Amino acid sequence: MIEELLRFFASPGYREMTLTLLGEHVYLSLTPLVLGALLALPLGRLAQRHHRLRGPILGAASVVYTIPSLALFVLIPGVLGTPLLSPINVIIALALYTAALLMRPVLDALESVPGHVTAAATAMGYRPWRRFVAVELPLAIPVLISAVRMASVSNISLVSVGALIGIGGLGGLFTDGFERRYMVEILVGIVLTLLLALVVDLVLVGLRKLLTPWSRASKVVSEP
Amino acid sequence: MLEFRSVRKQYENGTVAVQELSMSAETGTITVLVGPSGCGKTTLMRMVNRMIEPSSGAVLVDGTDVREFDAARLRRGIGYVIQQAGLFPHRTVLDNVATVPLLSGCRRREARTRAAELLDRVGLPADLGRRYPAQLSGGQQQRVGVARALAADPPVLLMDEPFSAVDPVVRAGLQDELLRLQEELGKTVLFVTHDIDEAIKLGEKVAVLRQGGHLAQYAEPDALLAEPADDFVTSFVGRDRGYRRLSFRDSRRLRPEATDTVHIGDTSADVPSRAGWVLVLDAHRRPRGWLPPEAAVDGQLTEDQLVAGGSLHVEGTSLRGALDSALSAPSGLGVVVDGDGGYVGVVTARQVLDLIEEHRSSVTAEGVAP
Ligand SMILES: Nc1ncnc2c1ncn2[C@@H]1O[C@H](COP(=O)(O)OP(=O)(O)OP(=O)(O)O)[C@@H](O)[C@H]1O
Ligand SMILES: [Mg+2]
Repeated sequence: MIEELLRFFASPGYREMTLTLLGEHVYLSLTPLVLGALLALPLGRLAQRHHRLRGPILGAASVVYTIPSLALFVLIPGVLGTPLLSPINVIIALALYTAALLMRPVLDALESVPGHVTAAATAMGYRPWRRFVAVELPLAIPVLISAVRMASVSNISLVSVGALIGIGGLGGLFTDGFERRYMVEILVGIVLTLLLALVVDLVLVGLRKLLTPWSRASKVVSEP
Repeated sequence: MLEFRSVRKQYENGTVAVQELSMSAETGTITVLVGPSGCGKTTLMRMVNRMIEPSSGAVLVDGTDVREFDAARLRRGIGYVIQQAGLFPHRTVLDNVATVPLLSGCRRREARTRAAELLDRVGLPADLGRRYPAQLSGGQQQRVGVARALAADPPVLLMDEPFSAVDPVVRAGLQDELLRLQEELGKTVLFVTHDIDEAIKLGEKVAVLRQGGHLAQYAEPDALLAEPADDFVTSFVGRDRGYRRLSFRDSRRLRPEATDTVHIGDTSADVPSRAGWVLVLDAHRRPRGWLPPEAAVDGQLTEDQLVAGGSLHVEGTSLRGALDSALSAPSGLGVVVDGDGGYVGVVTARQVLDLIEEHRSSVTAEGVAP
């Protein structure tokens, strides 16, 4: 087995292909992660502020999430007129999934900010937008990042499905390996996908620690 | 001056929180809004900084309708303290206090220097500034809340039940601190509480509100205890109001008398032969306790031979304290001390009561309402 792995990586052709596909996988999974989060935030804010919009927004999110990914990859060119075999389709589709997946947690995160804290911010003289950026968003970060971690795993695994239409990052190793009945190639694809998911998760955990120093501040209470 | 002109607030769901209410709060004084939960205190207070807009009527600050100001700017000029302190959990204590100066365009350095001064002012050590709010006790958080509200040196301060979430001992400390600060700063303070004792302690004038946002009575605390306007106010100010009113009678006309005293460390020879209680003082003439009548002293007098004394009455403070000192002393003699805690003399409950009677007859004789 190890011998076969060595042979796989010894071949310059396979090595180069694997690296290219890995790069593509990172690009195809992380770009929509960022775009989806950027889409979910204002929508979540809207749902939080206007109770009438909450039902429709959350409803739309769950509908989007139930559409099979392959169907979405194929539907998007039809709806948006993008080229059939363009990576843009995968990116748009995954951005939609990410936004749909993040919708509920973003709303929960924003609602988790204690009412007396936002009331105090208003009373200090924050205008609504600045209050959102300076107070509500930072306080929502722990909940937001755990949702983004979930979405990143989902995206990294969904990218592979795109291989069926020829744009699937490491998924390309599965289709190629399947055609040639080459198990090692499939195995490399699986392991690299898992590793990528793990690394991205660790980065997100690090990011949370960096952004929320207050949440780790230990309790040291003493009366004056 | 803060003025409410026939303000009324009806929420979208039909609840009338404040009903045609008019009153004004004098500049430089503490005005307290007190009343049971849900009677509209918060609603009324938030009309001042426009967090709530009245359905009708107007709120004026120094004669100007608050609606003429931009809401955010208006708020930066009005300090606000709430029950749970409402500190920003993600900012250090120092940055919390610096919030309003920063919002108003102050440089970070300046704002932090100012914040550090304020921490000192509210009695917090400087090194607390680097902590996050979760690392403070409830009482410390409230102090930070007060410091934050004062940071931009606003002329008006709104305080919504600021001390109700801390235990009674800490609360009493915070109240004293507020009175001390107010002496220095002379802000126009609107203070909300549902605790009538707090209202009476802090307020120069007290507005008692009734369910549905009606103003039941607006008066000085002494007048509130002496002449409650109706049954609601009577039951709200509660029992013992006659006794509590003594808080507002000063004891300057009380004449302490001398009594037998000895000092810790005196020997039996120094102890007067006696039929009554003897007050024991320490080297600084501060009262330590009482020696019971006929108690034998062998050798030197030590602390453990004493019976604990009652409360001490500081010269010139209220008659309530004077009466309490007499009632709580084992000897029936209330010990009067000077500002440094040194023994001055003793008073009996009879003396205090005579003074009250004398006051009543003199007031009645002058034809003023009792
Ligand atoms: N946003 C709102 N919508 C509808 N009704 C409200 C709203 N805010 C307050 N009320 C109602 O208005 C009344 C007055 O509320 P308010 O908060 O001013 O009372 P309060 O005296 O401050 O009470 P507490 O001592 O409990 O803080 C209550 O009956 C309350 O339920
Ligand atoms: Mg209230």
